[in-house]
Amino acid sequence: MLNSLLWTPLLAGLIGLALPKRWVGTWSVAAAATTLGLAIGLLLDGSYGSDALNYVVDESWIPDLGVRYSLGVDGLSIGLVVLTAAIWLATVTWSALHPPRGGDDAPASARNPALYFAMLGIGETATLGAFLAQDLLLFVAFFDLMLIPFYFLVGIWGQGERRAATIKMIIYTLVGSLLMLVGAIATAVMAADGGTVSFAIADLREHLLGESSQKWIFALFALAFLVKMPAVLVHGWMPDAYRSCPLPVLALLSGVLSKVAAYGFLRWAFSLFPDAAIDFQLVIMLIALGSIIYGSAMAFTQTNVRLIAGFSSVAQMGFITLGIFSMRIDGIDGAVLQMINHGIVAAAAFFVIAALYARFGTEDLTEMGGMASKAPFFAVAFMIITLATLAMPGSANFIGEFYILSGAFQSKLAIAVIASGGVALAAFYALRMYQRSIHNRLPEGATSRELDLREAAVIVPLVLLIIGCGLVPNKILARTEAGSSASVSALVSQCREHGAAPTECAAEYGLLGPTNREGGFEPSESDGGAGNPTE
Amino acid sequence: MTVDFNAPDIDYAAISPQIALMAGICAVLLVSVLGKATNRNLVTSTSLLGLGSALGLMIWQSDRNTDLVAGALRLDGLAASAAIICIGVAIYAALLGVGEPAFFENGQSRHGEFNALLLTSVLGMVQLASAQNLVALFIALELLSIPLYVMSGFARGRRESLESGLKYLIVGSLGSATVLYGSAFIYGGSGSTDFGAIAAALGDGGLASDPLIGIGIALLTVGLAFKVSIAPFHQWTPDVYQGAPTTVTGFMAVATKVAAFAVFVRLFEVALGPAASNWQPALAALAALSILVGNLGALGQSSLKRLLGWSGVAQGGYMLVGLLVASEVGVNALIFYLAGYALMNLAAFSVIAIRERESNLGDSLSAVEGLGGERPALAWALTISMLALAGLPGTVGFFGKLYLIEAAVDGEYTWLGIVIVIGSMISLGYYLRVIAAIWMRSAPDPASLATSALGPIDGGSPEGEREASGSRLLIVPLALVAAAAVFFGILPDPLVDFAKDAGRDLIATVK
Repeated sequence: MLNSLLWTPLLAGLIGLALPKRWVGTWSVAAAATTLGLAIGLLLDGSYGSDALNYVVDESWIPDLGVRYSLGVDGLSIGLVVLTAAIWLATVTWSALHPPRGGDDAPASARNPALYFAMLGIGETATLGAFLAQDLLLFVAFFDLMLIPFYFLVGIWGQGERRAATIKMIIYTLVGSLLMLVGAIATAVMAADGGTVSFAIADLREHLLGESSQKWIFALFALAFLVKMPAVLVHGWMPDAYRSCPLPVLALLSGVLSKVAAYGFLRWAFSLFPDAAIDFQLVIMLIALGSIIYGSAMAFTQTNVRLIAGFSSVAQMGFITLGIFSMRIDGIDGAVLQMINHGIVAAAAFFVIAALYARFGTEDLTEMGGMASKAPFFAVAFMIITLATLAMPGSANFIGEFYILSGAFQSKLAIAVIASGGVALAAFYALRMYQRSIHNRLPEGATSRELDLREAAVIVPLVLLIIGCGLVPNKILARTEAGSSASVSALVSQCREHGAAPTECAAEYGLLGPTNREGGFEPSESDGGAGNPTE
Repeated sequence: MTVDFNAPDIDYAAISPQIALMAGICAVLLVSVLGKATNRNLVTSTSLLGLGSALGLMIWQSDRNTDLVAGALRLDGLAASAAIICIGVAIYAALLGVGEPAFFENGQSRHGEFNALLLTSVLGMVQLASAQNLVALFIALELLSIPLYVMSGFARGRRESLESGLKYLIVGSLGSATVLYGSAFIYGGSGSTDFGAIAAALGDGGLASDPLIGIGIALLTVGLAFKVSIAPFHQWTPDVYQGAPTTVTGFMAVATKVAAFAVFVRLFEVALGPAASNWQPALAALAALSILVGNLGALGQSSLKRLLGWSGVAQGGYMLVGLLVASEVGVNALIFYLAGYALMNLAAFSVIAIRERESNLGDSLSAVEGLGGERPALAWALTISMLALAGLPGTVGFFGKLYLIEAAVDGEYTWLGIVIVIGSMISLGYYLRVIAAIWMRSAPDPASLATSALGPIDGGSPEGEREASGSRLLIVPLALVAAAAVFFGILPDPLVDFAKDAGRDLIATVK
């Protein structure tokens, strides 16, 4: 089951290379839809009440190096797997309806759509693989592999300074992930301690490293993840890459790929390096806070709509990181929910930007305006996306940010207070972008035009998904909860080994989260129908 | 009166691959002399026959573990694995050589000379990989090198090629002389030229830190470092690689490294094993230096052959890590990497060779610009090769690096693992430039792509010109090596087993 989910996109992409050009689009949409169907099948069929893995695949792969081909899905990853498949379907559909052409100086290879869809397929397989892998080396391999198709997608179909942008992107992100590779190998070899090397997560959990080894290895992993997100300080590749990247691909980059990094913290860094994670908690929270403030401020001052969305993404990833490193069940639950919300909202925002570009012929906010005059549905769709971005009560983003902040408040009060300011800033930049493009006067030469069918086919389902998540966030939370409490309990068990009493640890890390949450802040039913997530 | 005559016991089966190569050399020379001037297909077939039978015999004998020729040579897993890779590379080079413009002179085919030299060099490699005596080592090293000097200068009409040949001759002789000098010191210190006896003298005789031995080790290291182009003994590499005919460069870059590393391993782990703690730090420093120098040097190169030359320096540094940890997993990792290196480099060199023959841009980066749109098959092969050299997942290069890093961490050289990774990061700067040229640029002016009458070589002949179209046949072996580079990147197990055979006997000898 997981094998067919994982390999369908890659195989379909490679088969697509051999198909006649006019069928490639349809073929790829069908393949992406099949993948989504399989992912939804997993969601409905599996049981995500506990932290047990579903549909485990565990095959010997390279016994001499201790690497196993081992996959599984649990509450932590299922939501992200479905998100990946859904956003990929949106991108593939958009690209099939708006064939990629590349920039003005596009090379000859840009005229081959099959190559484009093959790269998307490889990218989807790599991303799903990173979410499903239960072997550390398999995870690292998929994490690195993820980058290659995006290198081609940006480099061939991008615009502007695309080659420089790709080099920057790949060097930044690979620096992180190759160092992570050393960290992974060191973890396995040191954990084996002369015995048989194994990269399986279960084996590594049984032989945790000493605190000093954990620290430097955690630092390597954290660097890889923070670059990928990107977080502030290591976000240098982001503006150039976002400027050059084709918009449908950008929806993936911002919507899905950044989530692999956040997920990596929860799945790998917390469970393998709990001591180090506790030690680095404050540092990472400060970086997250920096991302929130810097991202929001930049999003507010940029005029290129891609970069507004891009920096907004930096800020949102900051919130997610904050939630994760609050090390409370509340915060982590909120972060996982927010990963899914932000994935959908960010992707939708980039498709709206593509639609805006089709109407204005520019990506500069100062040259836009007045789109609402003859396009009410477009305006409404964009409005919903904007409100979700600024975490309006009633949207799932509100619930997500609420839990994140609730976790952060219990963990580090001062950081949480400042971070709350980020929520207000989001309202500024999100509304500014909406107003400047939709309200005001229509600039000369631009026409106000309703979403056409080809655009609506992608944007409308995403908007419906946003509304849907706002209505039933508890359905998502119910599935992710077991996973996030497993992440926290990994930390708590480690905390106990440090000699603290179990209750202290539980209090320290909020393992009594559910009670904590019920006794604490609870969004009422009137907040957009958000039920009690613990139900 | 009877004379007791003890006929030496010769294990003909075990030396049969060498006999096959010897016979191949004679056959190639005869065919080339007796045949007509344009008999390159016949000559190449003869050469392939010799190489093919040597390969078959070597595979047949590959599970042996025995001394040969009064203990001068040893046929074991390491020797067999290295020989199989070298012969395989030579077969590829012979095919690549069919259309090599440098092998035509005034309408005359010179394939006879080329193939004879190729086979001689391979014979040297097979012997070098199994040498376990300092004298045998030196003879094999020279047998390997001298044909290569000639082959590098094969394009007599071209200054660069002559320069390459001469430079290689001078530097190579220096390297050989250093090896010989080092051997003399080792012999002086230990009293023996046999690897086993040297190990015994060093281990039980307590000579491991003897100054004579120390000087000998240092000189041997330098000499062999010249041969495998480890920094700072690498200066000849880019010039020689660029000047030599591409077929020769491809063969030299891969096969020499394999054979020289095989003897490097045998000499250091078997003979000098007891002194490991003395040479390990020195080799570690050389490895780190080579990785950094090679990768930094490759940045900004616009000739693909120079670029691969510098990248070869860096790759040599990675491989040295497998050697210096002096463990079974290290040797396995080294052989695995060498096999993968052969695949990825052959793919790269054949694309360069094909483009050289098709366009008049030579081996410059612009010769592959826009290849993705024009020639997808070549583009994919070169892309796979570059991704593999960079060590990205999904290619054999990823597992090669993984194996080496695992060996480094296991041998308590974690910092070298990090150096390998830093080197890989730098290397992306130039490997990706090639990929960007292939896919992300448009082809240069079509006029310059047309096959020119003279080709890139002065004195190019109509024969060579016709051959340009014949290079299409090369797509088949090219597709095979590129596919293998991906296949072993997904399912590396067969190659891991192959590499493990190499380490098996050696470590048993040491222990």
